[in-house]
Amino acid sequence: MAEGRRAGGSWTRALRRMIERELPTEHLLPDQEPAYVASWVYVFGVVAIAALVWVMVSGVVLAFFGPQWWHVSPQGHVVNSIHFWSVQLFFIFMVLHLWGQYFGATWRDGRATTWMVGVVVFLVSIGTAFTGYLAQQNFASQWIAVNAKDAINSTGAGAFFNVLNFGQMYGLHVMLLPIVITTLVAVHLVQVRMRGVVKPIETEPS
Amino acid sequence: MRRRGLDQSDYYRGVRMAPYDLVKELAIALVAVLAVVLILAGVLSSPDEPPVTIQSWAQHAPLDLVATATAELQGQTISSDYGPPYNIDRDAVDHDRPAGASVQAFGPIAPQSWAGVHIPITAASSDVLHPLQLASASDPKLAQALLRYRAAARAQRSTWLSRYAAELGHAHMAGGLPVIADPAAAGPLPTMMATLLLVARSGGLDGLLLQSGHFYQTDYTGPLLFLGDGRYLPGLAHAQHLLGDQWGMMNETGRYPGQAWLWLYTLWYQIPPYSTASNADLLVVLTMGVLSALLLLVPFLPGLRDIPRWVPIYRLIWREHYREARRRPRG
Repeated sequence: MAEGRRAGGSWTRALRRMIERELPTEHLLPDQEPAYVASWVYVFGVVAIAALVWVMVSGVVLAFFGPQWWHVSPQGHVVNSIHFWSVQLFFIFMVLHLWGQYFGATWRDGRATTWMVGVVVFLVSIGTAFTGYLAQQNFASQWIAVNAKDAINSTGAGAFFNVLNFGQMYGLHVMLLPIVITTLVAVHLVQVRMRGVVKPIETEPS
Repeated sequence: MRRRGLDQSDYYRGVRMAPYDLVKELAIALVAVLAVVLILAGVLSSPDEPPVTIQSWAQHAPLDLVATATAELQGQTISSDYGPPYNIDRDAVDHDRPAGASVQAFGPIAPQSWAGVHIPITAASSDVLHPLQLASASDPKLAQALLRYRAAARAQRSTWLSRYAAELGHAHMAGGLPVIADPAAAGPLPTMMATLLLVARSGGLDGLLLQSGHFYQTDYTGPLLFLGDGRYLPGLAHAQHLLGDQWGMMNETGRYPGQAWLWLYTLWYQIPPYSTASNADLLVVLTMGVLSALLLLVPFLPGLRDIPRWVPIYRLIWREHYREARRRPRG
């Protein structure tokens, strides 16, 4: 009886049981999926993640060598080019993924929060890219900062989010926002694996 | 009790399953995307237009720099009477208005004013008078001109500034300095501005504008506001199609894609009533905030969540599935 109380009161066991129940390894790393998953629309999510991986890898290299490196080093410029095009592809794939999920109405059958986390990833990615453009230390950064300050200031946020402050924008871009995006993408993936891929529209349970 | 649809074994009952290799798919995607990225990076490189400096401004548009510095002293630039978060709009205070000309409001609501002055900027002092004060340590003529300017009554300073600003409209450059028709009418300003231009051209003003009392410096608010007050920086931006009315926020320098994902945000600036509103920025941000909330809440919004059923794109997405369903014998 005392044994049972101890087991029932263990937060660690409770967490382990919840993970085993909600996300067993065969769901986390499935070796089979519904046959309808063999559709081009599912490719966009995977390639978006692949592009994000290369955004992160190239971003880590750029951050390691510092914000001025890529302006003066040919090797740095190549890494910046990889970062630049990875970001462009990430957004293209993410938007295609978003539209694909919208027209499949994939929030059905208890998947609304999966959709919502995905939208938040999209919005945070826009903010992250924006701080990246501000942290480039070139003419584009100068002009975007001067031009964008009015919109940020009009909301009152400019008092705390100063687009003209390179140090603040750089810190947000290389540290805080990548952590937020990585965490949200991980949550999004876990949600997808927990719930499985939604059925095609006309075959859903009534 | 499991929520509906969350138990995969129940949810997929009766659904035909097929072999699937998630890890292999991700590995292939990583290699394929890297290949595309490397090709794009190798062939197209990436944009990197050098930044504008106060020095380059002084070299390429000296009269614009002098005119901007004069306007800073007059309090007639964007940053000099911007309002929060940089300063108090003196004009608004003098006329007992709740928000100045630069403060955007939506009816009585002006969120720009809520946090007050958090990043104090006094453009006349930080951009002109303070740098000149430092330069005057080794320039007796400038020190005398500054003393005369500071000692003069406000009305006298205003008269000098107005006359000098008017003269600058017809000025030309000679020997690297602005030449005006009647320098005496502008009091000490010709001496002050000639020195400011010389300091700027040498690169000294770039450093002086960054003085914050700290050795390390990462905040460029002052110099960027000063650059933004002039015509030189916007002129360069115009040439690169970066202005607001040129879909600027989603463009990039050179022939590169910019933040194309800001197309909808940028769109509003091109059409009325946004394009003609004095509070366009606030209206656009509010509009985008509402649209973002709608996107977030699509699963709960009748109409928006029903569009996928009305537009049969899902039949393309799951084409094989529906084809197979048609082939399956009914029973």
